[in-house]
Amino acid sequence: MKYVEEFRRSGPVKNLTERIHRSAGSDPLIFMEVCGTHTMAIARYGIRELLPASVELISGPGCPVCVTPQQEIDRAVALARLPETIVTTFGDMMKVPGSASSLEFEHGRGADIRIVTSTLDALVIAGKNPDRNVVFIGVGFETTAPTVAAAIKMAKERHIHNFSVLSAHKLVPPALKALSEGPLKIDGFLCPGHVSAIIGIHPYEFLPEQYHTACVISGFEPLDILESLHLLIRQVRDNAPGIENQYKRAVRKNGNPVARQWMDDVFSPCDSVWRGIGMIPDSGLKIRPQYAGHDILQRVHLEVEPAEEPAGCRCGEVLRGVIRPPECPLFGKSCLPETPVGACMVSGEGTCAAYYRYQSWNAPLVSETV
Amino acid sequence: MCLAIPMRIESIEGDAGMVNIGGVKRKVGLQFVREATVGDYVIVHAGFAIQKLDEQAALETLALFREMEDLG
Repeated sequence: MKYVEEFRRSGPVKNLTERIHRSAGSDPLIFMEVCGTHTMAIARYGIRELLPASVELISGPGCPVCVTPQQEIDRAVALARLPETIVTTFGDMMKVPGSASSLEFEHGRGADIRIVTSTLDALVIAGKNPDRNVVFIGVGFETTAPTVAAAIKMAKERHIHNFSVLSAHKLVPPALKALSEGPLKIDGFLCPGHVSAIIGIHPYEFLPEQYHTACVISGFEPLDILESLHLLIRQVRDNAPGIENQYKRAVRKNGNPVARQWMDDVFSPCDSVWRGIGMIPDSGLKIRPQYAGHDILQRVHLEVEPAEEPAGCRCGEVLRGVIRPPECPLFGKSCLPETPVGACMVSGEGTCAAYYRYQSWNAPLVSETV
Repeated sequence: MCLAIPMRIESIEGDAGMVNIGGVKRKVGLQFVREATVGDYVIVHAGFAIQKLDEQAALETLALFREMEDLG
């Protein structure tokens, strides 16, 4: 496929790996990726194994499903139990365990839950079922939120009154701020490619300015990620943190203002709870009052108890980069992709799922060999 | 999850475009990439094109890799 294979060539991979080894030095460096697609690509292509012992690459809260708190899953389950209701969702939400059930379990019990790959599919379902309430479970970052906004605007314009959204969206920069104020010293962020395609480079400016953290916006192919790591190392070694855009073919400085306008028309920022991190100010999106007719939380009253994390599950620490998946006592034992305990093992882009599928996770961790 | 594979627009009708990914065709919303035309590559997420691929930038990045390779 064009613009894919060229970014996987072995010659430049070898060259960039050598450059990384030459420039890394011996002082330990911690870089964090905050995008589930990066997490999977790093694991799939064995990028950690190419790095020198002094460079540790850890995964942050980059998987939207994983950072969705259990209470939100419980809300989705409660919606699925309502009469005359069709719940529509992206596939990776199905297996995520709530406190007592999951969408998949409810589906097995007869609830009408349909997997869609686009909000437009959910709108079509609403159009075909005018006598039933069709709810879309809106989970995702700035990349997904404009597509949900588009569906809400279209529903209003086309008078599809039976379409509504449970908005559980999250915004990436406030989470990076929360992480920067946490106990883990992060030398640099591998910033998400497609979130940045929407928001551009400016929302990350506070990271080098206030926290002296290096930032590189990266593409998803092996060469993209290796070049981005090389740029991060250079920023740190030169003591010149900034924001570099390695993924210029998809990310403009100003992002995509049209998509942002759609998002801003429909949503406004709100405080939001992240699994493992807690409440982060202005890190979520709520539906504006003019679209209240398409906000399920304003249409029905849902009583959902505060939920506790499953006993022994350390997803929260994995999401903050405090521990690696193999350090969780449940990992690979009672928590498996087929029978996940925590969200990080469920999602196709969860850190635990990535480690389980691709990493030689019995090998010593880089941090133990430094 | 982001699908990081650029897809080529084969036809446009109103707000929707037909894209081709390795021989498979898909309909995507073009509301966020008004400037995209037939033949352009776009980044697609959840049924919408979220950005037009800058082919010049892609070629420059690839040229940089080749240059680094030559330098060793």
